[in-house]
Amino acid sequence: MLRYTLLRIFRALITVTLIVSLAFVILRMSGDPAIIILGPEAPPEAYAAFRANWGLDQPIWIQYLKYFGAVSQGDLGNSMRDGRSALQVVGERVPLTLAITIPALLLKILIGLPAGICAALYRNTYIDRLIMTVSVMGFTVPSFVLGLVLALIFAVKLGWLPSGGSDTWQHAILPILTMGLIGAAVIARFTRSAMLEVLGQPYIRSASAKGLVWRDVVTSHALPNAAIPTLTIVGFMVGSLVAGAVVVESVFSWPGVGRLLVTAVANRDLAVVQVILLFIGFTMVFANLTVDLLYGWVDPRLRTKQLQAGS
Amino acid sequence: MDAIVSIRNMTVDFDQGHRFVRALHGISLDVGRGEAVGIVGESGCGKSITWLAALGLLGKRARVGGRVMMGSKSLLELDENGLADIRGGKIAMIFQDPSSSLNPVHRIGRQLGEALRLHRGLRGSAAKAEAKRLLDRVGISNAAQRLNEYPHELSGGMNQRVMIAMALAGEPEVLIADEPTTALDVTIQAQILDLLRELSADNEMALVLISHDLGVVADMTERVAVMYCGRIIEQAATDTLFSRPVHPYTRGLIAALPDIVGPKRRLASIPGTVPPPDRLPPGCSFAPRCARADQACTDRQPELAGIGGDGHDVSCLHAAELATNAIREAASNEMERA
Amino acid sequence: MSAAETPLLSVTNLKRHYDVRLPGGLFGTPATLKAVDGISFEIMKGKTLGLVGESGCGKSTTAKLVLGHIPVTAGEIRFDGERVTANHNAQWRAMRRRMQMIYQDPLGALDRRLSVADQIGEPIQIHEPETPKVERDERVASLMADVGLRRDMADRFPHELSGGQRQRVVIARALSVKPDLLVGDEPVSALDVSIQAQVLNLLDDLRQSTGFTALFISHDLKVVRQMSDRVAVMYLGRIVESGAPEEVFRRPQHPYTQALVSAIPTIRRSVVSNRIVLKGDPPNPVNAPSGCPFHTRCPAVVAQCRTEVPALLETAGHKVACHLVNNAPVGAGIAAE
Repeated sequence: MLRYTLLRIFRALITVTLIVSLAFVILRMSGDPAIIILGPEAPPEAYAAFRANWGLDQPIWIQYLKYFGAVSQGDLGNSMRDGRSALQVVGERVPLTLAITIPALLLKILIGLPAGICAALYRNTYIDRLIMTVSVMGFTVPSFVLGLVLALIFAVKLGWLPSGGSDTWQHAILPILTMGLIGAAVIARFTRSAMLEVLGQPYIRSASAKGLVWRDVVTSHALPNAAIPTLTIVGFMVGSLVAGAVVVESVFSWPGVGRLLVTAVANRDLAVVQVILLFIGFTMVFANLTVDLLYGWVDPRLRTKQLQAGS
Repeated sequence: MDAIVSIRNMTVDFDQGHRFVRALHGISLDVGRGEAVGIVGESGCGKSITWLAALGLLGKRARVGGRVMMGSKSLLELDENGLADIRGGKIAMIFQDPSSSLNPVHRIGRQLGEALRLHRGLRGSAAKAEAKRLLDRVGISNAAQRLNEYPHELSGGMNQRVMIAMALAGEPEVLIADEPTTALDVTIQAQILDLLRELSADNEMALVLISHDLGVVADMTERVAVMYCGRIIEQAATDTLFSRPVHPYTRGLIAALPDIVGPKRRLASIPGTVPPPDRLPPGCSFAPRCARADQACTDRQPELAGIGGDGHDVSCLHAAELATNAIREAASNEMERA
Repeated sequence: MSAAETPLLSVTNLKRHYDVRLPGGLFGTPATLKAVDGISFEIMKGKTLGLVGESGCGKSTTAKLVLGHIPVTAGEIRFDGERVTANHNAQWRAMRRRMQMIYQDPLGALDRRLSVADQIGEPIQIHEPETPKVERDERVASLMADVGLRRDMADRFPHELSGGQRQRVVIARALSVKPDLLVGDEPVSALDVSIQAQVLNLLDDLRQSTGFTALFISHDLKVVRQMSDRVAVMYLGRIVESGAPEEVFRRPQHPYTQALVSAIPTIRRSVVSNRIVLKGDPPNPVNAPSGCPFHTRCPAVVAQCRTEVPALLETAGHKVACHLVNNAPVGAGIAAE
């Protein structure tokens, strides 16, 4: 188990290094920041001063090394627009995003898992068909459409909830609902197929043959096995906690990281975009690492499997 | 011999959405106390379904008819809790693929402990001690250590031993072994068959051995039922069945087997294929593949009826004539050997 | 051996090892899995060699090596005098056409989108693209008749056929390009007894009519005996005994073969000799034991077996790799009848 854990952490570190490097490459490829920030009409001295100021006049590999050194010390530069630390600019938006994404994630799991399990257990009955129909709708409707529909019903028609902004907790309800419902549909589908796969396995039959009542077969034999594939999709959702709300934040004017990303891209604020990219990358890596470690915990086969190089 | 389980006129129909397809057409079978009974037949003949249906393990899509009596209990009328007591308690079952019949995410000890808790009320250290004893009993070395291992850490043969230990946990009166060695290598098969033979003798446990392998059944059982297309077409004492088979299908199966010793001969194959359950021919299901079939065979479904009176039952319109031939043939084989 | 007999396939000291990692240490401990560890055999033209052994003994790896699907670690394979390599160049393709394969699972081996006639005609199209369509259709029709498929089945798809019919399609397809060597890896193991007999008879008939040479791999000794002119018994990557099937199965010399033969359940109980039940599982080929690979389970093991690998020695066409047999005075072997 220790070797498994260390191996996963080592892999995660490599991925983080790659993400950091990729962020550098992508941003450098998107054009000369001097021209983008100062505009094409600025005098040449202004460009030179800007480049010297930001270290853009040095050879690319030195820039890269410096950048890497700075990132590893937590220095991610300043916002090219208002000069504040980019980390700070992004950091103050993170809690706002988490305030809607974490409750949304809980909602996805709380609705999606039981719905998927139910659908699998009552396969081909009206319960299954009902759940799957709703799930397909959730799957296919884009989040901005669902967001707008919900806003139309609850804010415009009924007037129960505000349609945008972030002043009170009521403002959070519609964004949470939008993300939660769509995510629940995804989880329900995954859980259902994972459960169906497991319920068809010989060990389920042998658990029944051993004398367990069906309820115990499901809880102690089917669910732990079905959890393995379901973990993947939940892990992916955890990974998108920071970045997954771009559309919904825009629809409901929620001032989180997602909206910041939209404005930063529009303003060509490279440092801020970079920080957000890194943030997204890190949370993804972290979530994947967690899922991997959970896998190892849930599935003993992964812990002790022979690592075969070819067969 | 009084029967410990007796199946009467069992039918199974599977719900195919728009219609029901009959997979079992009225099976009657008794298993005596401590008796070893073999059920043979090719895939899809219903040999496994019979016993899964008896224990209510076929799921909601199957409609089961007839009666299964165990003592005064009618198994098909029991509720879930009643059935759960029988399953793994009075009747235990082991399956073809031992490695996937054990739950991959639970330790061996936990899976064994579950059976001990359900049927013997054992928990904690008592359950652990008994689990260790059972593993010892089925010939697993390092039993204490194995309890902490997972199925994927054990070989197929070892996992089948674990399955057998789990079956023994409930001190069953009947053990149903459904192709218990089909997924195993020959030398491992010999080990498992030895173990099963020894256990059923020691524990006065009846053994129902379901297999496609005539050799395994001949080796292990006292009585054999041959199934074809959801019906028993012949049953007899094992020696009788293999020395004097009567039904053309049984004879065909035996003739189709290659030998390991003796002169090499051309195999006698049965022409055609097994019809699917939803497209059975009228009359005797075997008629289209049978050399002896005539018009009567396609008109009428033969009944399973006794010939000779020593418990040899055959379901064939030409049973009497074929039986006479079989006896003559067996006698001449006897002469040849002598 | 008469001078007229020439081997179509000859395999010399064939080895196939894999590098694996065992649990332990941060990245595992490197180890070697010896799937095939120095085997030699020949198959004469028109003859069939049966390769038997339990799972993991290396019999399927041998098939892949012979066909050039995977490269050898050491040793040599010659097909009709030419060396078989795993370089999939024009020479290999020309050779591969003459060597066809039949697998255990016919459904997996067939393309489920092609009709029966197209499946059977496909190799002709690939290997003899110049063949006119009319001629190809004729050949497909006659192949279908040869393997006992009705003419009206030509337009069916694999999923519309029974297991036995599918295996017939696979056989017809393998024979479509008139191969010299047919390699069958458990070709009847997935079939029911009555169908198995049909397919075995069919293969026998086809061998007599077309004269192909065959390497027939199976775990089932009875099936191998039925099909083979010679058999070789494998254990942990090595051949432990080989010879004519009547000889090997009637008077097995190697303790492993003896156990294997005695373990076969048979309906003719009077001929069953005392059953030898081996203890334990075969060792993992990653840590194959030193000396004789069988010594960990051998009921007759002596000290020499633990250290020295026994050579495969021949007496009158019957080869055995066992110290007890090879060291024994002539005629005094440990053989049990």
